[in-house]
Amino acid sequence: MTAESLAFYGVSIVLTGSALAVVLSKNLFHAVLWLALTLTGTAGVFLLLDAEFLAAVQLLLYAGGIITIVVFAIVVTERLVGQRLSQTNRGVAAGAGVSLALLGLVLSTIGDQPLATIKPAMAFDVTRAIGENVLGEFVLAFELLAVLMLAALVGAIYFARPED
Amino acid sequence: MGLQAYLTLAAALFSIGLFGVTTRRNTIGILLGIELMLNAVNINLVAFSRFHGSATGMVFTVFAICITVAEAAMGLAIVILLFRKRRTVQADHLDLLRG
Repeated sequence: MTAESLAFYGVSIVLTGSALAVVLSKNLFHAVLWLALTLTGTAGVFLLLDAEFLAAVQLLLYAGGIITIVVFAIVVTERLVGQRLSQTNRGVAAGAGVSLALLGLVLSTIGDQPLATIKPAMAFDVTRAIGENVLGEFVLAFELLAVLMLAALVGAIYFARPED
Repeated sequence: MGLQAYLTLAAALFSIGLFGVTTRRNTIGILLGIELMLNAVNINLVAFSRFHGSATGMVFTVFAICITVAEAAMGLAIVILLFRKRRTVQADHLDLLRG
């Protein structure tokens, strides 16, 4: 067993374990902390796939940004401290059934496909290639994305502004 | 590790996220499940891109991450606004539009 597959299995165990903790944990605050672990593990998967830039973006934006604003939202909306309120609705069995059915369907589909088993040698520098693509072929989408981000953030500030 | 291993991992994460979305009562919990599902899709995109030897999938991942951030900011702002108006964030209490 090579070092790469050892690392992959380690990261996979961490990822699935913490993802299960995100959806099953009774305390929503703990769920967010488990989500932070999941997102960090995803950065590890990106590193295994030689995408260092994406791993850095993942850590900065997700583990840094999203976790912080989710924690803020929980603190602002948590009203029933000390009151035991069920965190799951009545559809747990149905939800588990649908999820497992989807998992089985996807696994059986990718099991039938002839997929690559060896990584090809790295043909490009990832960071450089992403930069060239973003400002070359995908520049229109990039500019649209900038407008979208601005609109989303202005909208979020407008919604969450203090009432006067 | 082959491509199949990465796809399997992403499929497992997506299913777990779907389970969270369908079973959580708290709106913020539902958003956490959506984050898990988007993450699984990003793993798929990067894995396909790496095994195909082209950077396009990684560019898509950058876009997907940015859109996720915008979605989270918007979603949480809506949650805070809902809490201010209705004093609850439980999804099954928010059934005003049910016919």
